[in-house]
Amino acid sequence: MSTDPVVPTTNPSLQSNSPIRQVSNFLYRHSCLATGLLLLLPMLWLVVIYLGSLGTMMIQSFYTYNRNTAQMIEKFSLEAYKEAFTDPNLSPPNKDVIKRTVRMAAAVTIAAAILSFPLAYYMARYAGPKMKGALYLGVMLPLWSSYLVRVYAWKLILAKEGVMTWFLEKLGLMPVLDWLLDIEGIGGNSLSTSYIGVFLVFLYVWMPYMVLPINAALERVPKSLTEASSDLGARPWYTFLRVILPLSFPGVVAGSIFTFSLTLGDYIIPSVIGTSSYFLGTLVFTHRGTLGNWPLASVLTLVPVVIMMVYLSVAKRLGAFDAL
Amino acid sequence: MRSKPLAFLRNPTGRSPLFLKVATFAALLFLHFPIWIIVLYAFTTEERTYKFPPPGLTTEWFKVAYERQDFWDALTLSVKVAGASAGIALVLGTLCAAGVYRSKFFGKDVISLLVVLPIALPGIVTAIALRSAMRRIHIEYGFLTIVIGHATFCIVIVYNNVIARFRRTAHSQIEASMDLGASVFQTFRFVVLPHIASALLAGGMLAFALSFDEIVVTNFTSGDQRTLPIWIFTQLFRTRDRPITNVAAVFVIAVTFIPILLAYRMTREAEH
Amino acid sequence: MTESNPRQVAIRFTDVARHFGNVKAVDHVSLDIYDGEFFSLLGPSGSGKTTCLRMIAGFESPSSGSIQLYGEEVSKMPPYERDVNTVFQDYALFPHMNVQKNIAYGLMVKRVPRKERERRVGEILDMVQLTTLGKRKPSQLSGGQRQRVALARALVNHPRVLLLDEPLGALDLKLRQQMQIELKAIQQRVGITFIYVTHDQEEALTMSDRLAVFNHGKIEQVGTPAEVYERPATSFVASFVGVSNFVESSQAFKITGEGKSFTLRPEKIRLVTPDSSTPADCYGLNGTIRDVIYLGMYTRYLVDTEAGVDLTVVVQNLESTSSDVFAARKRPVKVLWQKAHNRIVEE
Repeated sequence: MSTDPVVPTTNPSLQSNSPIRQVSNFLYRHSCLATGLLLLLPMLWLVVIYLGSLGTMMIQSFYTYNRNTAQMIEKFSLEAYKEAFTDPNLSPPNKDVIKRTVRMAAAVTIAAAILSFPLAYYMARYAGPKMKGALYLGVMLPLWSSYLVRVYAWKLILAKEGVMTWFLEKLGLMPVLDWLLDIEGIGGNSLSTSYIGVFLVFLYVWMPYMVLPINAALERVPKSLTEASSDLGARPWYTFLRVILPLSFPGVVAGSIFTFSLTLGDYIIPSVIGTSSYFLGTLVFTHRGTLGNWPLASVLTLVPVVIMMVYLSVAKRLGAFDAL
Repeated sequence: MRSKPLAFLRNPTGRSPLFLKVATFAALLFLHFPIWIIVLYAFTTEERTYKFPPPGLTTEWFKVAYERQDFWDALTLSVKVAGASAGIALVLGTLCAAGVYRSKFFGKDVISLLVVLPIALPGIVTAIALRSAMRRIHIEYGFLTIVIGHATFCIVIVYNNVIARFRRTAHSQIEASMDLGASVFQTFRFVVLPHIASALLAGGMLAFALSFDEIVVTNFTSGDQRTLPIWIFTQLFRTRDRPITNVAAVFVIAVTFIPILLAYRMTREAEH
Repeated sequence: MTESNPRQVAIRFTDVARHFGNVKAVDHVSLDIYDGEFFSLLGPSGSGKTTCLRMIAGFESPSSGSIQLYGEEVSKMPPYERDVNTVFQDYALFPHMNVQKNIAYGLMVKRVPRKERERRVGEILDMVQLTTLGKRKPSQLSGGQRQRVALARALVNHPRVLLLDEPLGALDLKLRQQMQIELKAIQQRVGITFIYVTHDQEEALTMSDRLAVFNHGKIEQVGTPAEVYERPATSFVASFVGVSNFVESSQAFKITGEGKSFTLRPEKIRLVTPDSSTPADCYGLNGTIRDVIYLGMYTRYLVDTEAGVDLTVVVQNLESTSSDVFAARKRPVKVLWQKAHNRIVEE
């Protein structure tokens, strides 16, 4: 204990009139205004640049395209919409492309969920802190490292003379591959020119986006719940189906938003790997790139937007946003 | 890969964890094997095909790639673009996170949706939309347009990192600071900033990595400038240059790994 | 001890209200707290006591009414301009600063010269007995030590009023009791006005010079601990501060002949044999012991009386053992208490 007592001295008034203090006081008293000032710049950027761009695109979809001059005319019409969905002479037929893309996105999403769940589950339930960190990094590194390079890696792997063939040959599984490639609709000449190949690459590239939300959702399921369930007499598989799966399902839906959306809008993978048939992304790319048909490209771009809007509203119902 | 011995005994859901372990291992292998393949192929002596296993190993392609000026130009451009985009995203993302954290009004959800939209919507949408708008106002495609595009979808990366940190910060600390006589600005400098510093750094680096790697939007917002991903993309269709593409791929992987690892370490440390 | 005028008003609430949407957190409160007092705001959670504290600190501003600090209107003043400091419930220590830097924070932002800062930090560290822990980070301290740092961080600024928001809530019972005594000693030593928020009536009774009992955003009673305990103004105060028997008007009529409800402290009642006589200054009722709860230091009896009231009676275990008291169950008894111990209350 100190010997001289701490006696309060009457402080000189704390208020100072420096301009910075005054600004500080003003901001403190008008806290809504301060919040508004913070949000002003980012909102300006996002609204003007991003929403503005989306708006421009939307307006553009109502313009007219002159095939003879390959020019866009700023005249209102619904031609692009008509053309996109009804024109049978169009090559490639757009409706097929949409169907193909959605199917691919769905397949990739489901496969990613199946492949990710055990990994996410192991991370959340069994791994010790160190192991968890390592696994987390093991998922993060591929997620953040170069997308294009990872796509390229699969070109090496899937090539006829490449890694996959070599492994399959060593394992004596070539007949299986040949059989797969012969299946109409998903097969092709070789893995790198088949839908199977495209599917594998999509799956590979987007899978980490599925692992992380599932893991986050599983981490939030208290361990005591599984204990309570088994305490009440439930078998492990029953606990899994009735307790863990429903509680982590929002995480699966959250992950599926990424895998679905990313597959829907990608044009790099189908142009590096796979058949020459179009996906939505490559179709849009072609229309604006080689043909300069902006109205049609805009309409086709709106297709994934609409699909995603529907998807997001369903996902929201399923509680996916809380799991993000 | 070893789990704690008898861990499954503590966990009543444990079917045999052997199945889980195998599945986990397989999933990780699937995620990492292609990256090893890239590294391996950078050393192959085979020039024309993707033959596996490589007939021989050599380091000569590194030298060849080193002498390619177009590679270095692309790299320089990418670094500049990523630096500028990450910088803009850092400012806007932090402001936005602070604003949303403070605000109590219902518009909060709308704002967070707006921030996420550029990466939640398929890449082609953002790409076509930006291109349409840029065409419309006759802006010249180049460094500026690339950065505008990248910054737009990088904001969310910084935003997410920073707002997560804000949410972990006890509000009473801000009150304590003001209670002890610190003005709004002093509180920001002495309490808030040290709190979010590592989140800022992590967010900035991840934004850098994202921008450095981006191609879907860049393809539409660049003129004839080639960022590294665009350079690689064109290389993919040039069979003559395969060995150089392989080397560049390894280089890109190495460059992106560094900020990711650093960002990871920083967010981890802050949590403990 | 201080030589300041004990009647000088430190904090004056005049008709202060604070609404959150439709919720009236503080409902037209007027209150004077005097200079140098240890004053407690006591009440259950959600009663408005914390909101009052936060309005003094400046984290909330009143929806209407005025708050004066030593005569100066402060209700619109930001917290950093008020000569008031707070000890937070979660302590709110800055995790990135060591103990010394935490304590020096207020002096630093007010640009007190380094020498002076170090001297004052050293002094205060001695006072809270943390002299050797100055270089530690908050995460390396125990709960009790953190609590002391929080106290030191506030006191080092020599505020005119110190606000404490349930500062002992996170500590275990023994430590809490020790800190109660220490806090009171520190307050008497520095002579600063302490305003202490708590939901623990025992704590409030132990430490305060005066206290205000809050309920539903209103003050039910202000007074010294003895006044509040002995003469509760309302049935809420009677039940919240200590334990009380509440006798409603219809039953009260059978006992006193008056239809006014009253409260009665259980330790004021004596248990005697049924045939004992009732002195003139006492009320006496026959009844049966329904239940016995043995609590070591004392025993609590539940008695069914002939007036239809259940009375709780507390008797110290001066000589009786547990087997004695348990044997009393179902026995007929007579309860006796002095008439003066009835407290007429509003219902």
